[in-house]
Amino acid sequence: MSELLQFLFSGLTVGAVYALVALGFTIIYNASDVVNFAQGEFVMLGGMVTWFGHAAGLPLPLAALVAILATAALGVAINKLAIEPARGAPVVSLIIITIGASVFLQGAAQLVFDKQIHSFPAFSGDTPLRIGGATIQPQSLWVIGGALVVFAGLWLFFTRTLLGRAVLATSNNRLAAQLVGINTNFVMTLSFALSAGIGALAGVLATPITLTAYNVGIGFALKGFAGAMLGGMGNPKGALAGGFLIGLIEALTAGYLSSTYKEAAAFVVILLVLFFMPQGLFGRKSTERV
Amino acid sequence: MKKTLTTTVPAALVALGLASAASAEIRLGASVSATGPAAFLGDPEAKTLEMLVEELNAKGGINGEEIALVLYDDGGDANKARTFATRLIEDDEVQAIIGGTTTGTSMSILSVAEDAEIPFISLAGAIDIIQPVKPFTFKTPHTDRMACQKIFEDMQKSGIQKIGMISGTDGFGASMQAQCKDVVGEYGIEIAADETYDPKDADMTAQLTKIRNADGVQAVLNPGFGQGPSIVTRNYRQLGIELPLYQSHGVASDGFIELAGKEAAEGVRLPGTALLVADLLAEDDPQKPVVTAYKAAYEGKFNEPVGTFGGYAHDGFALLVDAVTRAGSAEPAAIRDALEQTAGLAGTTGIYAMSPDNHLGLDLSAFRMLEVKDGRWSIVE
Repeated sequence: MSELLQFLFSGLTVGAVYALVALGFTIIYNASDVVNFAQGEFVMLGGMVTWFGHAAGLPLPLAALVAILATAALGVAINKLAIEPARGAPVVSLIIITIGASVFLQGAAQLVFDKQIHSFPAFSGDTPLRIGGATIQPQSLWVIGGALVVFAGLWLFFTRTLLGRAVLATSNNRLAAQLVGINTNFVMTLSFALSAGIGALAGVLATPITLTAYNVGIGFALKGFAGAMLGGMGNPKGALAGGFLIGLIEALTAGYLSSTYKEAAAFVVILLVLFFMPQGLFGRKSTERV
Repeated sequence: MKKTLTTTVPAALVALGLASAASAEIRLGASVSATGPAAFLGDPEAKTLEMLVEELNAKGGINGEEIALVLYDDGGDANKARTFATRLIEDDEVQAIIGGTTTGTSMSILSVAEDAEIPFISLAGAIDIIQPVKPFTFKTPHTDRMACQKIFEDMQKSGIQKIGMISGTDGFGASMQAQCKDVVGEYGIEIAADETYDPKDADMTAQLTKIRNADGVQAVLNPGFGQGPSIVTRNYRQLGIELPLYQSHGVASDGFIELAGKEAAEGVRLPGTALLVADLLAEDDPQKPVVTAYKAAYEGKFNEPVGTFGGYAHDGFALLVDAVTRAGSAEPAAIRDALEQTAGLAGTTGIYAMSPDNHLGLDLSAFRMLEVKDGRWSIVE
């Protein structure tokens, strides 16, 4: 029993990281149908900038805030300098631009910071909590809590605010959205700022567990993307469920079958789900497009 | 990308016949992975080579000849390494090559170097590089097989007979896992649980729980490098496992203790080099002056802790300087012959003694069993 509980804790810890990254994908996707492959680099920057600030003497909360704001500003810059000039290009071209931005950010981080692995102290110490014979790090609770808060925030944003609906309208039909008075440029800028900020928050929360380095972004982006696809791209509920599901499948496979097959098991489940439900678990139907 | 560190003035003087030395300068080529997936290893190697060449030239070079270093960054790509090796030999006309951060890049450089009969000192771990012996290829790091042997020797002393293994699936972890499984039988030790993790994984408690629950496990061994071993160490303490934990030489650095946390790393053992415990070495230890000097110079210049991998580059360069000095010539064939006769050269990794059938020149004594005590490395006697 305590064994199962330990596997579940392991799965929740990893799943919460995936879910946080997956949530970052949803906003830009909702605003523009673009899958932002630089999302992993936002996560990396959240961790690296916080480490850098903390090492330079800033208190941890301030360093984290600086990291989130700086990354959000960088998200805006990417939108202004790379995405906006290519407005009107097909979605595939925009996705390729984000891949370019990802390569650029990784290279820049390698020069600005360094090539070593870094970390900073966990927020509530390193003494594990014992529950029913199993243990979990306090930092895991921060990550899980972070994922839930971001999810709730996004859900309220998209369903209860005018701005959130404006984002969805922009994605549905940019021209129609402009005609009803939505400033679509502002919506795009906002969505990049929010996505980058959420990515950086994921990096800040996860780094004491996962550690960080200039090249961790791709790994985060892949797993987060898989989680978002499994749950249904663009739906915060899907991102949350998808991320946790992949984490849990991996941990249970590693625990009960073999750690050699844990990635394979997760991807078999993703393939099966997408085969029978191409929109993912909670995805919206895309029938309205012509 | 390309750097030549000598000034042209001495070379010009020689050309004008104003200096008496026979040749202008010694041309040393290097191709390391200063960027890319192996940047973690290649970056300190590149810095070390540049620093040592600068230092040596400031002191007047070898036998009055300065060294011109031509350094390329192959990004960990074996094809690029081959191209750079060819360029080093044909365009830059180097007399020796140091480099090959990974086993892959080393293998491609060595085939080019062997064809051109240019001595090559590899900085990568795999035993295939020097076994079977190739006339012009040498290497400085000990093999992962030796690391396994050193660890199993230590386990044997503590009467450990059943162990669990948790290995990274990256090249380093997978190779060491295979070597350890190959050699474990000789020590009467049985592997009761054999788990793996992806180098990007964030939590290994599932695998460790499985190992803990395996029947009769007395110790755990974790071959791997990068962040994986730090996370394994933290999860190990989180689960409250009391068994001895052995890490590999892949994480032999002060950075490991910092990343895993002092409390979690307490009691961890690994086979490391003298470099990590420079201040703890006995005064009469032949490696003491070498490691102290390198540590002080590197940390003073780059403001980051020295690591085992930069040490490999240091030793490669020391071997070359020693060989050229003894040969009294920088002809590739003369360097090769002198390299093969290296005897008792103290480096940061160990004391090298080469022979025609041994182009590594280190034995198990080069490894020191280290243990984290009070948040610092200490030597296990």
